[in-house]
Amino acid sequence: MAGRQGEHIIGASTPRKEGRDKVTGRARYIDDLSFPHMLYGATVRSRIPRGTIKKINFGPGIAWNEYVVVSAKDIPGKNYIALIENDQPCLADGGVNHPEEAILLLAHPDRHALAKAVAAVEIEYEPLPAVFTIEESERGDTIIWGKDNTFKSYRIEKGDVDSVWANADYIVEGEYFTGAQEQLYIETNGVIAAFDAEKGIKIWGSLQCPYYVHKAMMALLGLPEDQVRVVQTETGGAFGGKEEYPSMIAAHAALLAMKAGQPVKIVYDRAEDMAATTKRHPSRTRHRTAVSKDGKILGGEIEIVMDGGAYVTLSPVVLSRATIHAGGPYYWPNVRVRTKAVATNTPPHGAFRGFGAPQALFAIERHMDKIARTVGVSPAEIRRRNFLKQGDTTITEQEIREPIDLAKLLDRALELADYDAKKRRFAEENKRSACKKGMGIAAFLHGAGFTGSGERYLASVVGVEGRADGGVRVLVSSTEFGQGTNTVLCQIAAEALGLPYEDVTIAQPDTMVVPNSGPTVASRTAMVVGKLVASAAQGLKQTLIAAGLLRETCTAEEFRAACREHVATHGEFRSLANYESPEGIFWDDVKYRGEAYATYSWAVYVAEVTVDLTTYSATVDDFVAVQEIGRVMNPVLARGQILGGVAQGIGFALYEKVEWRDGRMANSQMTNYIMPTSADLPTIRVYFEELGNKHGAFGAKGIGELPMDGPAPAIVNAIEDAVGIPFNRVPMLPEDIFAAVEHEASLAGVR
Amino acid sequence: MKKAAAKREISFTVNGEPRTVRAYPMERLLDVLRQELGLTGTKEGCGEGECGACSVLMDGMLVDSCLVPVAQAQGAKVVTIEGVSRDARCRALQESFLECGGAQCGICTPGMILAAAHLLQKRPKPTTEEIREGLSGNLCRCTGYMQIFEAVAEAARRAAVR
Repeated sequence: MAGRQGEHIIGASTPRKEGRDKVTGRARYIDDLSFPHMLYGATVRSRIPRGTIKKINFGPGIAWNEYVVVSAKDIPGKNYIALIENDQPCLADGGVNHPEEAILLLAHPDRHALAKAVAAVEIEYEPLPAVFTIEESERGDTIIWGKDNTFKSYRIEKGDVDSVWANADYIVEGEYFTGAQEQLYIETNGVIAAFDAEKGIKIWGSLQCPYYVHKAMMALLGLPEDQVRVVQTETGGAFGGKEEYPSMIAAHAALLAMKAGQPVKIVYDRAEDMAATTKRHPSRTRHRTAVSKDGKILGGEIEIVMDGGAYVTLSPVVLSRATIHAGGPYYWPNVRVRTKAVATNTPPHGAFRGFGAPQALFAIERHMDKIARTVGVSPAEIRRRNFLKQGDTTITEQEIREPIDLAKLLDRALELADYDAKKRRFAEENKRSACKKGMGIAAFLHGAGFTGSGERYLASVVGVEGRADGGVRVLVSSTEFGQGTNTVLCQIAAEALGLPYEDVTIAQPDTMVVPNSGPTVASRTAMVVGKLVASAAQGLKQTLIAAGLLRETCTAEEFRAACREHVATHGEFRSLANYESPEGIFWDDVKYRGEAYATYSWAVYVAEVTVDLTTYSATVDDFVAVQEIGRVMNPVLARGQILGGVAQGIGFALYEKVEWRDGRMANSQMTNYIMPTSADLPTIRVYFEELGNKHGAFGAKGIGELPMDGPAPAIVNAIEDAVGIPFNRVPMLPEDIFAAVEHEASLAGVR
Repeated sequence: MKKAAAKREISFTVNGEPRTVRAYPMERLLDVLRQELGLTGTKEGCGEGECGACSVLMDGMLVDSCLVPVAQAQGAKVVTIEGVSRDARCRALQESFLECGGAQCGICTPGMILAAAHLLQKRPKPTTEEIREGLSGNLCRCTGYMQIFEAVAEAARRAAVR
């Protein structure tokens, strides 16, 4: 092992690499950049959910000759946004399938001139019948996609579920719903595109996945690989919301830039960003579970349906994660899971932190409380009796090989939350107060990295480069958008080489400079990409040793000297590492069976809630988050991921509601779509367990999405504990709590 | 953006320097700072005064620069993130944001630092409740706010020690 300092980099709270630029306001985000002769672009969008376009009129009062106008006929390549099914057009051509669908693009030198011009474009439509809900889509009276409005379906069969009902002591049924949720990154979507007849197209943007945009531009513009260049600029939050959508806005800016022969910037304002871009898939989940009298799950049927919006986009992958997480962290000897994503005439739903898992886990964790009540044991006890243990198999028949002890996580969480004492106290106090207090538990797991064979298909490549000054630079397409990619990957390279953290830098993601380390999604960066960074860094060192410039045991200074010498002699000095599928990982994409993920992170969360039956508002008073994440790479960043995820989860549960009007978001403002402020959140208490993980860099597992999964069920479980009414959906705003309480009172009246 | 009148000269002090711009009177101070004066540290989050990303100090008051018509800044003293970064007390605040994890994606950070600096000026030793309340006009989607509270408390503690 080299320099002493290197040994302590993993597990230390090294400062955020780009942090100083952020706290001083020097960091440059997309809207902070400007180019000579740059135009501003805007989008003319559909005002109806579905129909054919009869005529486009350019209205009076606008000097149209000053504008660059782009329509579908200006697309040099294919009119789609390349992703999975390639069914989403870049610009509507003849018809529209959702409100806010892009029809025309305008560019002008004065950004203030655009809104009036957009409003002056009149589009005549022939409306067609549209569908807006899962139920309407399933009924199939109106077919808007394929043969039956179904984008994708999956089925898991484990054991013989049909045999369990006869011997069940209890059969527990439940139906659960989750709503759409807006990612609400504070920096809206934005890109700049510039076109050069020889060099091709260059895109700068606020985005998560440079190579997704790269692929989409090649298809759309009909350009070869080396004539598309994508650069990620500092990105002000993403949460999945900048996974697939940036390909669309980049496509629009690119088409305008090609036609104008000038750079074009498109930055959405808040209302456009909220109304037109992706959100979390709304869902409906049904459970039917056979349970023995001692509270053991004998088997069950689970059905999940997700609203995918008007085009396929990422729905099959989101649905896949929901499918695999449907059973929660429990042992199911027999289970049948059937899931599907259906089409509606709303803007496509897409990636958002958790990616299908929060929907599935909300359902199973509400359902476990229902089972507990039915059987007559406590919510903690029903979970303890059914937890997955080492050696058990998941619903996809993946054997749990790691020594996870969920009962221990649960005990720790309950103790930290002072659960039993508070339950007793609240039961007494609630009798005398209009403010009802309750406690709720959620236990869950989150698969790290891509689902099934995904990582194998991605075949990520990572580079580490030795520099002329003796330092090293990490080369990845993995992007920083607040979660700590820059910092953690530099920590890993420093640790692997025994260098001080300051000696390691990371390249700005630029497809001309960095290899494709895969998309920055799925909680895969620290674990999967990090492991490749460690391996590429080792490769650098091995080259120096093989060249006789370095001994195996060396100091940081010796490494720097050897590196300097190698660069001076041979020039560019890079080491690449390619992803290799670990042995013993088998996944059957057809039967949905096998090793769904290389590993899982595990957690138990406890929420303490007050419901004020005068105002019907629910507030979270205390929140305990206990999780096992393999290895805490950077304590400040890791805790920050959990705190931020729990805050978004609290928003998902209690504050954030999309109001739909004929497929269109009616409350596309921060004034009426409410995310938690600093005054709304409780103290969130974060605790880690570390079991390590042989598939991840220095034992890391995924962490980013995990905290999104638990808060909603824990909070709604606590609300039921407080007021004694079985709520089955999120979000639960005061009007929803009021409606449920009134409904329950009317039922009681009937009885 | 309504431009009822023609452009005219508007003079105010930005970060201690006298500046004169030609702008429409109803143009947003935010746009003038970012586009005319190149001070891009001030960010736009919502454009309607909800998120606080565009917070600046105007005559010592914390304001959302997206809601201030530039005409209203005539004769005012405006301080942006670029300006407070020169102040030693604010640098200490920035250091504590770095150490405590108060900045993640960073887009709310300039506004948040200005709100925190403004709070510490009024209340050098704020309680947690005062910090919560003092920053409640500034939205952060990444942190869940706790590490921001800790950064502000830490900066206050260090200032008291000094």
